[in-house]
Amino acid sequence: MIALTVNGKAYSLDVESETPLLWVIRDELGMTGTKFGCGIAQCGACTVHVDGEAVRSCSIQIGDVANKNITTIEGLSPDAKHPVQQAWLAEDVPQCGYCQSGQIMAAVAFLKEHPKPTDADIDANLTNICRCGTYVRIRSAIHRAAALMKT
Amino acid sequence: MNRIANTSITRRHFVIASASAAGGLAISVAFPGLADAASIGMQAWGPETAPNEINAFLAIDPDGSILIRSPHQEMGQGAITALPMIVAEELECDWSKVKVEYASPARNLREKNVYGEMTTVGSRGVRTSWQMLLQAGASARERLIAAAAHRWNVPPSECEAANSRVTHKATGRSLDYGALAADAAKINLDKEPAIRTPDQFKLIGKRVARLDTPLKINGSAKFAIDTQVPGMVYAAVAACPVFGGKLKSVDETPAKGRRGVLQVVKLDNAVVVVADRFWRAKEALALLKPEWDVGEAGNTDSAQFAKLYRDTLDGAMVNARNDGNVDDAFGKGGKIVEAVYEAPHLAHATMEPLNATVHLQADKLEVWLGSQTPMGTIRQAAAASGLKPEQIVIHNCFLGGGFGRRSINDEMRQAILVAKDVGKPVKLVWTREEDMTHDRYRPQAAVRMKAALGADGMPTAFDARIAVGSILRSTGINKVESGIEAQAVEGFANIPYAIPSVRVGCMLKNTHVPVMFWRSVGSSQNAFFVESYIDELAQAAGQDPYKFRRALLAGKSDFLGVLDTIAVKSDWGKPLGQGRGRGIAIHECYGSIIGQVAEVTVSQKGEVKVDRVVAAVDCGHVVNPGIVEAQIQSGVIYGLSAALYGEITIKQGRVEQANFDEYQVVRLADTPKIEVYLALSGGKKWGGIGEPGTAATAPAVANAVFAATGTRVRSMPLKNIKLPGPV
Repeated sequence: MIALTVNGKAYSLDVESETPLLWVIRDELGMTGTKFGCGIAQCGACTVHVDGEAVRSCSIQIGDVANKNITTIEGLSPDAKHPVQQAWLAEDVPQCGYCQSGQIMAAVAFLKEHPKPTDADIDANLTNICRCGTYVRIRSAIHRAAALMKT
Repeated sequence: MNRIANTSITRRHFVIASASAAGGLAISVAFPGLADAASIGMQAWGPETAPNEINAFLAIDPDGSILIRSPHQEMGQGAITALPMIVAEELECDWSKVKVEYASPARNLREKNVYGEMTTVGSRGVRTSWQMLLQAGASARERLIAAAAHRWNVPPSECEAANSRVTHKATGRSLDYGALAADAAKINLDKEPAIRTPDQFKLIGKRVARLDTPLKINGSAKFAIDTQVPGMVYAAVAACPVFGGKLKSVDETPAKGRRGVLQVVKLDNAVVVVADRFWRAKEALALLKPEWDVGEAGNTDSAQFAKLYRDTLDGAMVNARNDGNVDDAFGKGGKIVEAVYEAPHLAHATMEPLNATVHLQADKLEVWLGSQTPMGTIRQAAAASGLKPEQIVIHNCFLGGGFGRRSINDEMRQAILVAKDVGKPVKLVWTREEDMTHDRYRPQAAVRMKAALGADGMPTAFDARIAVGSILRSTGINKVESGIEAQAVEGFANIPYAIPSVRVGCMLKNTHVPVMFWRSVGSSQNAFFVESYIDELAQAAGQDPYKFRRALLAGKSDFLGVLDTIAVKSDWGKPLGQGRGRGIAIHECYGSIIGQVAEVTVSQKGEVKVDRVVAAVDCGHVVNPGIVEAQIQSGVIYGLSAALYGEITIKQGRVEQANFDEYQVVRLADTPKIEVYLALSGGKKWGGIGEPGTAATAPAVANAVFAATGTRVRSMPLKNIKLPGPV
């Protein structure tokens, strides 16, 4: 049995220790906001927070995050009122939306490290793929979120 | 900084909205109820019918809530926001009371295409459905007015509808739509009302927030891969790596006895492991070593295909167009310019890998998937299951990207075949590797273009010879007995430039690699060919590429409106300095004209960075400028991925790229500043917006690279081109 906390709730799971965190979240816990995109930590659609840090959950084994605190998009805020979510809403960022949970989780962690980011900071640190090409609005939304978080 | 023009339908009347540093737009919205958005549920599909329908598109409940059904699917392009806006335009309803669902494919089958084709391909959403949707809204509104008039015993002409209420002007009496809907549903109008003309639009043209955004910022939007059906098992699949190959045998032993593994299923051309969890199925599948019969195709590679297409250029062709006398014109001398261009296969690489969940019963099949063509999905499901079309229920989900790939549902066919074997609901998911190596790709192509320039430098003759894979033959849609398919010659057959003699020949050649519609289809490579070559002609004529195009488009006010807009907004002609260059391209497809100017910087090492793209589009009319802006941005990024990196290659008959580490795509670091302007010609034009943005990017970038380096780029992607660095 492996113990972990997801979105503040404690779980004890009977799964193989090498199971990727992504598939535990999706198929064991039934939380489907975190997406499968590539399976090799390339695209970031599966990004969650492990003890507050952005992690590509497809490429981390459940055994390595035992007893840690996991936050998924479902647990980011109870009412979608996190400043990054509000900025995403204001900028109408998503298109197909499949990558956006990961984009938002990556942006939240990024803004903790870079509260006043430049475009260059954004480009250098955020590498999640969006095939719809929402990048221009992602940039705008991150600046907007940074402003919201400052006030 | 990102800008968009206002949406005045006045011909090329540009009002640029002020934009904040964060990109916020200052276009105010004055339409009742817009402060509160309409909504859509986590599941995009709804039941076939609703209790309080006024027509197939509309139901209004006694509490005043309004259901509007979208005949097209949402795959990011904004259909489920824009299409209901068109209905609401005529309905005169409170937008905050609107809830949206997909129209039911099963009902469309039963009621003889009451929702039309329902295909979300070819940038068709608005441009094929706008009249039908305006009519549905107008018809419902007039029935609601008639119901109120009847109740008050006054002529309908004395009543008017606004903000979900009908009011009797003389007496001020008014009733909510919710109180009138039941009566309205029973009313037959003597004649259907005429639909509004664009000058009467109130909601169409407003920057209304997308309805799906709230569901896509908290993880609640349901994609096919999120489907959970009681008793469901998971399937991981490995199809023969060589297209057309067959499964010879597989030793199931390594998978057997592993935790959760239920069964190994052998399909004609694939091995499938079924387990209680997807990851367990995938891990067990990886242990199997299937033997394949790959046939002769197993000896092919991309170099052979490149030779095939180049050699085809020297053979017989079928003419798609033959105006004037090209041979005569070439015989008269003058400067001759000839060039061969090539384009590779491309994968769609939607963010959501293909997947489908099926529940097969004796007399019913339920499918959860993302489909761009639900009516075709019903036919495919019937064929695979052996059931009748009317026994198929398609639950179409939010599509995690489409770009053409989700118009044939290979994943669903496999899931149905597996379900026949296991007798339980099955969720079958393709890994990224399976998705990338079993796509149906953008066709490979080679083109030879030849032109004669007159004494004034303007072309007198243009001869294009196209060798490309047939999409219609590959998909089985059509045998193309004429030898010409529109997809192969689009952009050539309708070349907009005034050239006295034009001949466009085509020869379709397919290999074992399946090819299909890829965002902007033939235009995705043909715009690159034509617009790069036109730049070569301008260069040969010693003329500025913008002015050269301008002269060849004389009298075409819609093209010139787009061309002039991008020239002005991009500061065309203003020097950029060492290592930098601007390139221009213009192209018509899907009923719209797209123009782009790209600005690039080429490093000393020859690396290309696209700094800025200025785009203008004439799609005639705009339903929602925020969505149009987003679609052009999206198209530019999709086209830029192809221009910089996109290439699927074949070795030993199989695709060499399996994941995003080998099939690189644009990320934030590669994203240029993108400015989008509207240059609307209005009138009868209702153009598409999902695809045109993609077509013009590669030629604009390639022409900018030429301006910066003097190197003409005649094949894609740029990563394969050795650039000398700045001139």
